[in-house]
Amino acid sequence: MRGRAFALVAALSVAGCAAGERPQPSATPAVERVPAAVRDAFPSRYRAPAAPKVALSGATVLTAAGDEIANGTVLMENGKIVAVGAGLSVPEGYAVVDANGKWVTPGVIDAHSHLGVWAQPDSVDALNDVNEMTDPNTAQVWAEHSVWPQDPGFDAAREAGVTTLMILPGSGNLFGGRTVTLKNVPSVTMQGMKFPGAPYGLKIACGENPKRVYGGKGRSPATRMGNVAGYRKAWIDAADYARKWDKWEKGGGAGDPPKRDLQLETLAGVLKGDILVQNHCYRADEMAVMIDIAREFGFRIRTFHHANEAYKIAPLLAKEDICVATWANWWGYKMEVFDALEENAALVHAAGGCAIIHSDDPIVVQRLNQEAAAALSSAWRAGIRISKADAIRWFTANPAKALGIADRVGTLEPGKNADVVLWNADPFSIYARAEKVWIDGGIVFDRGDPAYRRHSDFLLGQPGEIR
Amino acid sequence: MIRGVIALLALAWVPAVTAETIAITGGRVLTMGPAGEISAGTVVLRDGRILSVGADVAVPADAKIIDARGKIVTPGLVASGTALGLVEVRAVEAAADRATSRNDLSAAFDAGYGLNPDSMLIPVARLGGITRAIATPAYKDRAGRELLFAGQAAAVTLDGAMLMRRGVAMVLDMGDAGAERAGGARAAQLVALRAVFADVRDYKVRRAAYDRGATRDYMLSRADLEALIPVVEGRMPLLISVRRASDIRDVLAMARTEGLKLILEGASEGWRVAGDIAAAGVPVLITPIDNTPASFEELGATLGNARRLAAAGVVIAIQGNGSHREREMRYNAGNAAANGLDRRAALAAITINPARIFGLSDRIGSLDPGKDGDVVVWDGDPLDTLARPVRVLIRGIDQPMRSRATELRDRYLPAVLSSANGEKP
Repeated sequence: MRGRAFALVAALSVAGCAAGERPQPSATPAVERVPAAVRDAFPSRYRAPAAPKVALSGATVLTAAGDEIANGTVLMENGKIVAVGAGLSVPEGYAVVDANGKWVTPGVIDAHSHLGVWAQPDSVDALNDVNEMTDPNTAQVWAEHSVWPQDPGFDAAREAGVTTLMILPGSGNLFGGRTVTLKNVPSVTMQGMKFPGAPYGLKIACGENPKRVYGGKGRSPATRMGNVAGYRKAWIDAADYARKWDKWEKGGGAGDPPKRDLQLETLAGVLKGDILVQNHCYRADEMAVMIDIAREFGFRIRTFHHANEAYKIAPLLAKEDICVATWANWWGYKMEVFDALEENAALVHAAGGCAIIHSDDPIVVQRLNQEAAAALSSAWRAGIRISKADAIRWFTANPAKALGIADRVGTLEPGKNADVVLWNADPFSIYARAEKVWIDGGIVFDRGDPAYRRHSDFLLGQPGEIR
Repeated sequence: MIRGVIALLALAWVPAVTAETIAITGGRVLTMGPAGEISAGTVVLRDGRILSVGADVAVPADAKIIDARGKIVTPGLVASGTALGLVEVRAVEAAADRATSRNDLSAAFDAGYGLNPDSMLIPVARLGGITRAIATPAYKDRAGRELLFAGQAAAVTLDGAMLMRRGVAMVLDMGDAGAERAGGARAAQLVALRAVFADVRDYKVRRAAYDRGATRDYMLSRADLEALIPVVEGRMPLLISVRRASDIRDVLAMARTEGLKLILEGASEGWRVAGDIAAAGVPVLITPIDNTPASFEELGATLGNARRLAAAGVVIAIQGNGSHREREMRYNAGNAAANGLDRRAALAAITINPARIFGLSDRIGSLDPGKDGDVVVWDGDPLDTLARPVRVLIRGIDQPMRSRATELRDRYLPAVLSSANGEKP
């Protein structure tokens, strides 16, 4: 987390710094002088494990960064990928895993999860901490403060190859709060799972949910136009807040700093480009309006989530470089998802866009590969040619991009973190199961060893089987 | 009113499609019946029924040929426990007919009425290879209405006609949900159910006295009492949703003493009492991917449930993922197979087993001569996400391979492809 914290400090202390640019840490960060807003208040305490040298040999490898590799070898060392290729010889000192007839992919990344914040047993209200539905704008809440690391859902997801997840607040509010990106490692604390250096996201929700929740309480928003008025008012306030801090910083930090406001701090972080917009938005027409709002206030939308009508504006989303995180099979549970297609991700992909298969669900998170396979075969049915080597990106490289961590995870390329899944079969087959899973080169799941099952304290002493 | 008249006229119009003679040739036929698997077989359909199935059957001269070489041929899939025909958009009240909140209608509520054959969900399910379904009622609870039964399920055909058979099961929630309706405790529901069954038996022999007002007060309305007679007589199965191992034992005990015929649904912890279920000869409808401890009554949920139940000798049917997601039923079966259930058993769990469980195997569930001509031709393994149906026939009629979703796809696809080729949309 350190490196990123410095980058944030530097970016904020230089007014007008371009969004997304990452200046090197300055020699004299002068932490005490910069707004407390950008300090790393709940720092990651994740420590990468001591990782042995491991070679996976003889596998079909989908790197998410190129063609399918037959008879491939993947070398991991010091928690990083060091080499990937066909028929590589394994240098001395590597523990060799025979992966003949098996498949290797990057660790699965779920761009939309509520694990930990709406934990199992999810029928128990006491474990539902996902939606702070007390005001249409709760940009001040952070999902990480709801995360219960003992959610058994994390175990089930890990057994399915999920190594990284973005945990989002719910969609009842216009501004739901900050997201947090977690490594799927057993941990007693949230900080022990927090992905070092991953940028925060801001959950924004379009459409039916906010207007239903607040319209039902007799207050705004009760309509989609009410939704939009709510977003714009908040951005006006945020721009005002950001200007006050800029002014104070330009003045060399003389005098009293403006009073911190947690809600506006998060929104201002979006305007500065440090916090990525993760926007729940189903309908094409509403996505187009959100793009105009972003333009009006000078920020970017990183990802439209659910986005079941993305196919209607796929060229626009590709041009705007906005990712689309969606399902293949979900539709019809409410009006705004009536026009959903199995082919949605494939059409976004075919238009040159960034397509993602996400879960939003403790069951689907365990089979993002299958959901992607359904999307893929729907594309084939429609005559769209997409390879497995491309479709693997839908639940690896592309969510890494959406989460702002593509420089570290999402592909099997030298230098990337060694987040790796060994599958017993083609991951696009319904019969495939994750056999072994590594995070940063450390093994976190081995189907053959019960020690890697059921870490959650909640499951201890409860009826259940290990298999 | 005018809209109502038009709707009536629309219902009266039936498309003039007649079943022709069709021969599906050269495919790998998984009959799911006594003929087993035929590596290169022919299925002949005539007048809506299966005329013959085999490796060397004669193809009638007038038959329309469907070339299935390199493909897999199965019976139409049977979805057990769906909202098909009853729901259009789940969150739109007016488009949902699966439940009632009337005080005097619970067991008598019949999902076989009010079915909508034009529902957009039907072509979507059909493109998942589903040709028949069980349409089940659901609960609509409100304060002061704590009726135990959801109502009666109906078997439906996913073509223009829909209703296949009424009253194939009586739907009842037990466990947490049932306890809540009975006043908050499992014991209360068990006692209340026994009292209801006693009422039904009493009413059955005192109908005339009841009409004169000369019986004791019964807990349920006349319509509900009538509806439960076939249940207490063991003719109509009681389809009980239940999860916890101890609840399953309680249900089995109740059925034994009351003489009820049972189907269990859910049964997340069924694997823990698989021997008891098998010994009672009770079939189970499961969703094998439901492996999360989603409530205190299913802490033992596991992906191994299907395999363990089948291994104990329980007849299982595998369900889909609810109203709009029935097409995932075959993926659920594939997941059960990935977790140890035999692949043929997994296919049986979405074809012949649900047909048997609901008393429909005289008509559907396998490719046997004399049964209805429900056939699906697949371009790969029917349990796999990468495979798709290429032809779906119901009662010998080739169904359109379209849904509203594929029409939306085809409307927007050209612009997407031209933008990818660098053209201006």
